[in-house]
Amino acid sequence: MNVEETDLPGLGRRKDFMTASGRRIGVVELREGQTELFVSAWDDPDTCQASIPLTGDEAATLGNLLGGQHLAMKLTEAHREVPGIVTRQFSITAGSPFQNQPMGKACIRTRCGVSIVAIMREGEVVPSPGPDVVLHSGDLLVAVGTQEGLDTAADILRNG
Amino acid sequence: MDELALTLIELGAVVFSLGLLARLAGRIGMSPIPLYLVGGLFFGAGGLMKLEGIQSFAHLSGEIGVILLLLMLGLEYSASELVTGMHRSWKGGVLDLVLNFLPGAALAVMLGWGPVGAMVMGGITYISSSGIAAKVITDLGRIGNRETPVILSILVFEDLAMAMYLPILTATLAGISFLEGLLTVGISLAVVTVVLAVALRHGHRVSQAVHSENSEVFLLNLLGAALLVAGLASALQVSAAVGAFLLGIAISGATAHSATRILEPLRDLFAAIFFVAFGLNTDPASIPPVLGWAVVLAVVTAATKMVTGVWAAKRAGIARRGRFRTGAALIARGEFSIVIAGLAVASGAASSELAALATAYVLLMAILGPLAARYVEPVLQKFSRPAAPDAVPA
Repeated sequence: MNVEETDLPGLGRRKDFMTASGRRIGVVELREGQTELFVSAWDDPDTCQASIPLTGDEAATLGNLLGGQHLAMKLTEAHREVPGIVTRQFSITAGSPFQNQPMGKACIRTRCGVSIVAIMREGEVVPSPGPDVVLHSGDLLVAVGTQEGLDTAADILRNG
Repeated sequence: MDELALTLIELGAVVFSLGLLARLAGRIGMSPIPLYLVGGLFFGAGGLMKLEGIQSFAHLSGEIGVILLLLMLGLEYSASELVTGMHRSWKGGVLDLVLNFLPGAALAVMLGWGPVGAMVMGGITYISSSGIAAKVITDLGRIGNRETPVILSILVFEDLAMAMYLPILTATLAGISFLEGLLTVGISLAVVTVVLAVALRHGHRVSQAVHSENSEVFLLNLLGAALLVAGLASALQVSAAVGAFLLGIAISGATAHSATRILEPLRDLFAAIFFVAFGLNTDPASIPPVLGWAVVLAVVTAATKMVTGVWAAKRAGIARRGRFRTGAALIARGEFSIVIAGLAVASGAASSELAALATAYVLLMAILGPLAARYVEPVLQKFSRPAAPDAVPA
């Protein structure tokens, strides 16, 4: 992917790329540390149809959602041969009982046979996380297991 | 009432009404600068209410306001941004200079203000308001637009041109002989070059010298350094404002960002007083006679900025609508035009007519600029067939 980087003197730095559908999508990293997400208009690729200011948390969450979706799709593809195995994503929200706790505390594999194969965090992937990885709000867990197992895991993560 | 009490009451009343004006400006989404100027006209010589007690305070505060305006302009850009901006956009920058300096200079010659007047008026019509342009870009959600770097690099070029122009202006205004003038200009060009070179290599050292974790110490360091450098520059006849601008360029990185944050409220206060002080010294009765010329100049220089923007954006591969947005964003003139006019008036080399014309012109352009930026596209769509660039802003 060809990401174009442009300096905006006095404001910050713009990074964007052209999608296959002809829209320019990108972010502007402002000097003060905020991020601005923008999408170009369909009839005029020079201008922005939407320009949305994001906080650091919001930008990280959006990165996880997009990256997690991609990862989950790949995993689903890989598990298609095995009947009964499903991939699902769980997000750790603020106020979750396991926020700021090591993942092992939830005992997900022991209790419902579900494996957490990756954590998406601030746009980066933590592959096969160990039980001592501490969960943060905004993390997206990519889990693999049976349908029932995953339902139980969702319940555990929500209610402890 | 004793003198101190009267001064305090007058000052309080002025600052308080500035607050009201700034709020009004925010409400209707315009730059507060024209309102400050009108406020100054209202309170000053020949205005509805004459304030005597705060003249000397307003004068010194206005000077500090100019120093802070230029210091913050320097902080905005790092030396490397200035140099790359210069490389990237020097053609557009030169076109901008020629097209927008000439109308002001020509009018000054026509009105019989001589070469000094031409030098001043040219500067006033040349320099766009980077403050208003940046605000328009942010407010209209155009930060991600493809033409935005084009606009910004022209503004960067203008600011560098300011660093060269102000010392020349100071020398011209001081009325020194041609040879002495050449010497002063030589000195200032050398100083500007040296500071840029030093800022590129050793900017972090300058930053370290003023930086402090304690915001109080940091503020005093910054302000002290700015006033010292400005005073020294002024003693060398390089212009106080340019001294502050160069200090701003030399301070870089994280220090520059926190300096901006710390100085902002101080700049807002002193710059507001500077605009008011400029208005205070202008007799409102002197404006109507020059209003016609101000309108002519406004129309012509709106068109010349439009041409500049369209040309520069076209070279950068921007489509038609983006080109007109570029031109429109550059139309606003503001703080730096008043800084130039203020220098001219303070030196006594410029007529009171010039001050009146500059006031009327900036009033028009500071209002017209943001409106043009906002409505250029709807207007363009109405005249959907390719229109001549000059037809849009008028």
